[in-house]
Amino acid sequence: MATEARKPPSQFWARLRGILGGHAGWGGFAFQILFVAALAWVGYEIFANARANLQAQRIASGFGFLSQTAGFGVSQSLIPYSETDTYSRVFLVGLLNTLLVAVVGIIFATIIGFIVGIGRLSPNWLVARIAGGYVESVRNLPLLFQILFWYLAVLGALPGPRQSISLFDKFFLSNRGLVIPKPLGEGGLQVFLAAVAVAVIASIALRIYARRQLFKRGRIIVIWPYVIALIVGLPALAVLSAGAPVTFEIPQLKGFNFSGGLRIVPEFVALVVALSTYTAAFIAENVRAGIMSVQKGQMEAGASLGLSHGATLRLIVVPQAMRVILPPLTNQYLNLTKNSSLAVAIGYPDLFSVFAGTTLSQTGQAIEIIAITMGVYLLISLVTSAIMSFYGWRINRSLGT
Amino acid sequence: MAGQGRLIEPTCGKLTWCCWKGHTMKRISVGLIAALAVGLSCQAGFAQTLKTVRDRGVLSCGVSQGLPGFSSPDDKGNWTGLDVDVCRAIAAAVLNDPAKVKFVPLSAKDRFTALQSGEIDVLSRNTTWTVSRDTSLGVNFTGVTYYDGQGFLVKKALKVNSALELNSASICVQTGTTNEQNVADYFKGNNMKYEVIAFGTADETVKAYESGRCDVFTSDISQLYAERLKLANPADHAVLPEVISKEPLGPLVRHGDDQWFDIVKWTLFAMINAEELGVTQKNVDEMAKSTKPELKRVFGTDGNLGEQLGLTKDWVSRIVRAVGNYGESFDRNVGAGSKLGIARGLNQLWNKGGIQYAPPIR
Ligand SMILES: N[C@@H](CCC(=O)N[C@@H](CS)C(=O)NCC(=O)O)C(=O)O
Repeated sequence: MATEARKPPSQFWARLRGILGGHAGWGGFAFQILFVAALAWVGYEIFANARANLQAQRIASGFGFLSQTAGFGVSQSLIPYSETDTYSRVFLVGLLNTLLVAVVGIIFATIIGFIVGIGRLSPNWLVARIAGGYVESVRNLPLLFQILFWYLAVLGALPGPRQSISLFDKFFLSNRGLVIPKPLGEGGLQVFLAAVAVAVIASIALRIYARRQLFKRGRIIVIWPYVIALIVGLPALAVLSAGAPVTFEIPQLKGFNFSGGLRIVPEFVALVVALSTYTAAFIAENVRAGIMSVQKGQMEAGASLGLSHGATLRLIVVPQAMRVILPPLTNQYLNLTKNSSLAVAIGYPDLFSVFAGTTLSQTGQAIEIIAITMGVYLLISLVTSAIMSFYGWRINRSLGT
Repeated sequence: MAGQGRLIEPTCGKLTWCCWKGHTMKRISVGLIAALAVGLSCQAGFAQTLKTVRDRGVLSCGVSQGLPGFSSPDDKGNWTGLDVDVCRAIAAAVLNDPAKVKFVPLSAKDRFTALQSGEIDVLSRNTTWTVSRDTSLGVNFTGVTYYDGQGFLVKKALKVNSALELNSASICVQTGTTNEQNVADYFKGNNMKYEVIAFGTADETVKAYESGRCDVFTSDISQLYAERLKLANPADHAVLPEVISKEPLGPLVRHGDDQWFDIVKWTLFAMINAEELGVTQKNVDEMAKSTKPELKRVFGTDGNLGEQLGLTKDWVSRIVRAVGNYGESFDRNVGAGSKLGIARGLNQLWNKGGIQYAPPIR
C-alpha cells in the first residue's frame, strides 16, 4: 500500500502573521493598526479644527489666491515677470531663484571644499595651516552674519553706477552688480550650435575609443590635440560659413542704472559667496575624513607604481574616499539649499522671501503657503538625495563592491 | 463657539515646539508653528480675549522691531512711542496698570500671522488699514492713530527734486508692506522703470540704502523721518514732496471677538475725545470731579458706559492718567516735543484744521 505523502501544514497564516506583526505576532499587528488609526485621527482633528477656526475668524482659505494679481515687483527673475502677474508666477520666480542659488552654490562649495579638504592633508606645512584656519574660522561664525558681511562688504567696496569700474566700456562693475553684454541670437546661431554639438559628440567618442585601446591593447593615445581642434575648429568653420551666431547688446548708463545687457545682482553674488564658502568648510572636513579613511598603503602603492602625489590622489585615493564622503556630502548639499532661505536678509528674491514672505503677508494664508513651501523644500531635498544615491551606486559598482 | 467642542483643545496659541536645528528649519518652523497655532488654538480663547488677558495679567501687544516715535525700546528695554502708548492705554483700561504689557517686536511680514495665531492680543505697529487686510486676513482695524502717506527718501547729492524724476531708479523697501505694492503701482502708473529690492527688516533695508545699493528708500513718510534719524548724516538725505498713497495707520484685532474689538477701538477714541475736551494727564483728576453732564458721562460719575464695555466706570481716567490724551502722546512721541518734530498736519483734531475725529462718548 502506497503511503500518501503527508502534506506539510499550510504556512500561509504564519507567514502573514510574520509579515504584518513581526516578532510581536498578531498583537503587534493590532497595535500597529491602532497606532495608524490614532495618527490619522489626530491628523483629521488638526485639519478639521483648522478649518473651523479659519471659518470662525473669517480668514481666507483655499488655493484661489494663486491666481490673484501679486502687485509687487521682484528684482531678479529668470522668467519674464511683472507686477501684474499672479501669485503662482511669483512662486515660480522664487523657486527658480532658489534653485539657481542652490546649484551655483553647490558647484562652488564642492570645488572649494575639495581643495581645502585636500589642502589640510598636504605635506606642505603652510598650505595645511591655511586650510585648517579657513575651516575653523568659517565654520564657527553664524551664517546669517557671514551673508550680511559679504553683502555689505561687497557693496561698501564698490562705486555707484555713475562711477562704475568699466572694462573696455562693455563690462561694468558697480554697487548695482556686474553688467555684461547680452548675447542676442542671430542667423548663424543654429549652424553654430550644431557644429558645437558635433564637436562634443566626436570628442566623447574619441575618448571612449582611446580608453578601449588603453585597456585592451595597452596603447596610450593622446587625444587632447584632436579634441581642441574639433571644439575650436568646427564652430569656427560654422561662423565663417554661416555668419556670426550672436551679436552683443552693450549695456549703457541711462539715468540711475544701466539699461540693456545682462546683470548679476550683488544680492546673488553675496549669497552664493557666503553659502559656498560656509558649506565648503564642512565639505572640506568630510573630504579630509574620507581621504583619511583610505588605508595609507594605497598611497604608498601609488607611489611605488611611480605615480605622482597628485595622480595617486586622483586615480586611487579619491575614488575610494568618495564612498565615505558621499553621504555627508549629500547632507551638506541639502543644508546649502535650505540655508539659502536666509536670502531675505539681503533682499535676494528666493522662494522663502517672495512666497513664504511677501505673498504670505499679503494674503495671510499661512497654512496653505507654509504647506506648499515645505513641500517644495522637501521635494528639492528628495531629488538631490536621489541623484546623490545614484552617483553613490555607480561609484560602488565601479569599485566592484 | 465654545460649544463647538472639538476634541483637541490645546492652550490657545501656546504651541511651543522648537527643537529643529538649522536656520531654515528655525524659520520654517516659526511659520509652521504659527500655521499650526492658527489651526489649533481653541475657539473659546479667541472669543474671550478680555478674560484671557485678565487671567494672564498682562496684555500681549505686537509692535515694530524699533521705529523711533512709534515703537522703540530704549537702552533699558523700556518701550516708548505713539503705538506703544495705545498698548499701555489698553493695559491701563483693562488691568489698571500701563506697565503690564508684554511687547512683541514683529517684522512687517510676520505681524499678521502673530495676530491670527493668538500670539498677541492686539497689533499696534504702524499698520495701514486696507480692505484686503480688513477682510481676508481675518482682522479688524479699530481706528486710525496716525494719518500717513507714502514718500521717498533720497540722497541730496543725487539732485532729484521730484519722484517723477526717478525713472530707472533702484528702490529699497521692506517686504510685506503696503509700500512694496504702492511703489509698483506708482512706477507702472507713470510709465517709469524701476528695480525694487525688498528686505526682511527695517534695519537691513536702511543699511542697503545707506550703502548705495539703492537710490531711494521708500516707506510711510513718518517712518522715513524716523529711519532718517538712524542714518550717519541725516542732513544729507531729503524726503521728496510727492505723497503717493494714503496710509491710515492704526491698531487691529482678530475677527470674532466683538467685545475686545470695542475695547481697543474705544481706548483710542477715549484718548482723542480727551484731547477735544481738554482733559490732560495733569488735570485729569481735577476734571473728573466736574459736574458738567458731558464730563460726568466720560468719567463715569454718571451712567455706566465703562461697564458696558466690560471695563470699569473710571476707564477714561485710567487711560489719560497712564498716557495722556491723544495730543499729548503725539507731541511727546512724534510731534514738537520729540526728536522727530513732525507737525500735527492731518492728525490735528477735526475742529482745529485736521481730520482726527472720534465718535462721542455717550
Ligand atoms: N504702513 C505700512 C508699512 C509699515 C512698515 O513696516 N514700515 C517699515 C518702514 S521701514 C517699518 O516701520 N519697519 C519697522 C520694523 O520693521 O521694525 C504697512 O502697514 O504695510
